[in-house]
Amino acid sequence: MSDHHHKETFVTKYIFSQDHKMISKQFLVTGIFMGIIGVFMSMIFRLQIAWPEKSFTIIEAFLGTHQTDGVMDPDMYLALVTIHGTIMVFFVLTAGLSGTFSNLLIPLQIGARDMASGFLNMISYWLFFISSVIMVISLFVEAGPASAGWTIYPPLSALPQAIPGSGLGMTLWLVSMAIFVGSSLIGSLNYIVTIFNLRTKGMNMTRLPLTMWAFFVTAIIGVVSFPVLLSAVLLLIFDRSFGTSFYLSDIFISGEVLHYQGGSPVLFEHLFWFLGHPEVYIVLLPALGITSEIIATNSRKPIFGYRAMIGSIMAIAFLSTIVWGHHMFISGMNPFLGSVFTFTTLLIAIPSAVKAFNYITTLWKGNLQLNPAMLFSIGLVSTFVTGGLTGLVLGDSALDINVHDTYFVVAHFHLVMGVSAILGMFAGVYHWFPKMYGRMMNKTLGYWHFWFTMIAAYGVFFPMHFIGLAGLPRRYYTNTNFPMFDDVADVNVVITLFAILGGLAQLIFLANFFISIYRGKKATQNPWKSNTLEWTTPVEHLHGNWPGKIPEVHRWAYDYSKVDENGEYIHGEDFVLQTTPLKDGEDPS
Amino acid sequence: MLALFYIFIAVAIGVSFWQITRILNFRSVIATDKDNDTQGKLFLWFTAFFYAMMIYCLIYMNVLMLPESASIEGEHDDNLFNITFILIGIVQFIMQFLIFYFPYKYRGKKENKALFFADSHKLEVIWTIAPTIVLVVLVSYGLWQWNNIMDLSDAEDPLVIEVYAKQFQWEARYAGDDNALGRGNVNYIKGINTMGVDMSDVNAQDDKKLSAISPIMYLPKGRKIVFKFRSQDVLHSAYMPHFRAQMNCVPGMVTEFGFTPKFTTEEMRVQSEVVAKTTVINEIRKEKGEDPYEFDYVLLCNKICGASHFNMQMKIVVVEEETFDKWYGEQPSLGEELAVK
Repeated sequence: MSDHHHKETFVTKYIFSQDHKMISKQFLVTGIFMGIIGVFMSMIFRLQIAWPEKSFTIIEAFLGTHQTDGVMDPDMYLALVTIHGTIMVFFVLTAGLSGTFSNLLIPLQIGARDMASGFLNMISYWLFFISSVIMVISLFVEAGPASAGWTIYPPLSALPQAIPGSGLGMTLWLVSMAIFVGSSLIGSLNYIVTIFNLRTKGMNMTRLPLTMWAFFVTAIIGVVSFPVLLSAVLLLIFDRSFGTSFYLSDIFISGEVLHYQGGSPVLFEHLFWFLGHPEVYIVLLPALGITSEIIATNSRKPIFGYRAMIGSIMAIAFLSTIVWGHHMFISGMNPFLGSVFTFTTLLIAIPSAVKAFNYITTLWKGNLQLNPAMLFSIGLVSTFVTGGLTGLVLGDSALDINVHDTYFVVAHFHLVMGVSAILGMFAGVYHWFPKMYGRMMNKTLGYWHFWFTMIAAYGVFFPMHFIGLAGLPRRYYTNTNFPMFDDVADVNVVITLFAILGGLAQLIFLANFFISIYRGKKATQNPWKSNTLEWTTPVEHLHGNWPGKIPEVHRWAYDYSKVDENGEYIHGEDFVLQTTPLKDGEDPS
Repeated sequence: MLALFYIFIAVAIGVSFWQITRILNFRSVIATDKDNDTQGKLFLWFTAFFYAMMIYCLIYMNVLMLPESASIEGEHDDNLFNITFILIGIVQFIMQFLIFYFPYKYRGKKENKALFFADSHKLEVIWTIAPTIVLVVLVSYGLWQWNNIMDLSDAEDPLVIEVYAKQFQWEARYAGDDNALGRGNVNYIKGINTMGVDMSDVNAQDDKKLSAISPIMYLPKGRKIVFKFRSQDVLHSAYMPHFRAQMNCVPGMVTEFGFTPKFTTEEMRVQSEVVAKTTVINEIRKEKGEDPYEFDYVLLCNKICGASHFNMQMKIVVVEEETFDKWYGEQPSLGEELAVK
């Protein structure tokens, strides 16, 4: 591909663009838009949890026929938690995070002019866009959107008699997800092929920045597990529409026996979690990769244990595909399988612990530049540890019995994958905004955004562990029917107040993001004094990334603060671009 | 209260907008030494907030927790939980301190140099092996306990009870004198045979079904109970938190779980943790003008099952074995009930 500008019309530049940088921005903006919907929904249902059946004008305004005098219906409550989960996990944290940064960074950091297939890349975005549109449309279906939980376990999700959301709403959900899987697969294949084939001269696999390793391995897990979700979805569509019995058997509902014979919902659970669990890492690994890069850059230190980090990413990826059963300890599957999954699940704690220790060691004796991106990365390490530790309770089958599906689980996974991944995504946006838009985001607003978000995140999810330990099940419209939960009502009010604070804090980010696109200070070429290749491209985008030849790489990505025997920086500064050749007698790290 | 809340939000939004427009005029975009200093110190403040919150939750939310296990099998769950919780508590307190203290301690200054420290084989071996050892201990105890709970084959003379789930209520059937349940299938659901018991099965005649109107499940203290779960329509989950017991109810298959009740309901009501919790709850209820609450065991649904999922419950009462036998003898058998009809 040549490096000079093609003639671009408005349509080829901004809409059907094949330039990875534009596609990445499209992913980001769509992801942010879906994120606004997802977070807003959580605000609404938190109101119901804190003040059950109290009337709110905002509920009256937004929920239309699904509320009575400002009080949401129980069905709508379930729909809100379902769609909140779906949107946040798939549309924001899978497509919005991975789609944005894989697209932006893979060609830039490996030294390629673009993705292996720009056309497929464009298709990947537009499939994602279509699936987003269908998901949003499903919110306006008369009987309400899908409401069987984001895990859509049949028979609830298969029978409109069981819950109104399992009618057209669920059909649209399934269609949307099927298209989403297509988008994700095309994207992932493209990432893998690009990283394998288009690395510039000198860019060995062991010189790749950890972001690349994380995106690479994430793409592989995606390719391995997303097709299984597709098959689960397809079989469910068959059960719903064509009378097959893959998941259904012996059902009596609305006064009649249904014809289904011989299927099992447990089969669906296996298929779903075969994606569902790796999905946690599809969400988390890119955030960890981004964090590795940002922490090293802003600590002005090499990332500690580069090879161990790669090893643990690969170990996590491998283990993530053989732990899905820990979501099903009490599903009725053979208890022996439960033992096996307990074992593999707790194994995954080892590489995770190694990663956490390595981050902390990277901070140690650094010269920390506390930019907003760095704060978010440190926040990620914190929530990753807090959330990860409670995994030891949930992964142990004997303990899982009593906390399964309680708020303890909600607190655990929100911290370890929800908040952590979101913090990683914010870190990435603050760090690479200059690469995306050629301008800088406002620093002070970034600080405000971070501290409010951090306080709100812990204010919401830390106390939540304890109401889970009180035995409170998740997905309850109200707890008022159980006097034994009366004493957690106050805690729920506090959690909701923190949630609202957290939601409002995101307005600071939105203001900062959109205003900075137009009014931010012009970026310099390498504002964070980073080593990686993307900072050797010009600030103004051009299709093909580098004017002239693609640079050649001579070292790994982490030669920060490298000194000679006299304690002087070898290359005069505390960072060394990957394109800088080794000096005579310099030790290649 | 609510008006105040809206005003608070309006003020917050107003102040934010004013601040945002003001801040957007600052043109400095990269952290300076002054920023590093401020943010580093803020990390210290945040540490204080975070630790205060953790300690507050650990101490003052203790009263919210479930009381000690009311089943014999659950004792080891409590043990294992305590060990795990103390362990992760210690790790949490140490690691969070390092995560937040380092940004303060090593906050950047122009004149400082970071240490080029890329690798240490020794350190990495240590922190691979340390968690491994801890995990081996936790996994061993956990797996032993898991087999202990889930293996129902060696239960001597258990009381067999079928728990039947449907939108949005629970039903239960005791196995009767032969202690064997008659077959069940949705095709047999008819009239008062709401659980779909196959009456042609010899084991079915003496089964005893709980009255469908305000059913209370009685259990004898000290005898192993083996529960068989079925569901009529969608997935449900039978959750008995006080007994550390939970199992999904799956249409088309029978799942099982077992435990031995350790305290009667009466005994549990005077247990100190329960008394403390009940006192707190009753203070709250009094303020709202609601009837006082008395402790009861409960079976609740813990798998999303539809609109009234949040109100799918059944009361459980544990009594001494003699009381149970007397009550059990008075219940009509299913054969008798259906014959009357």
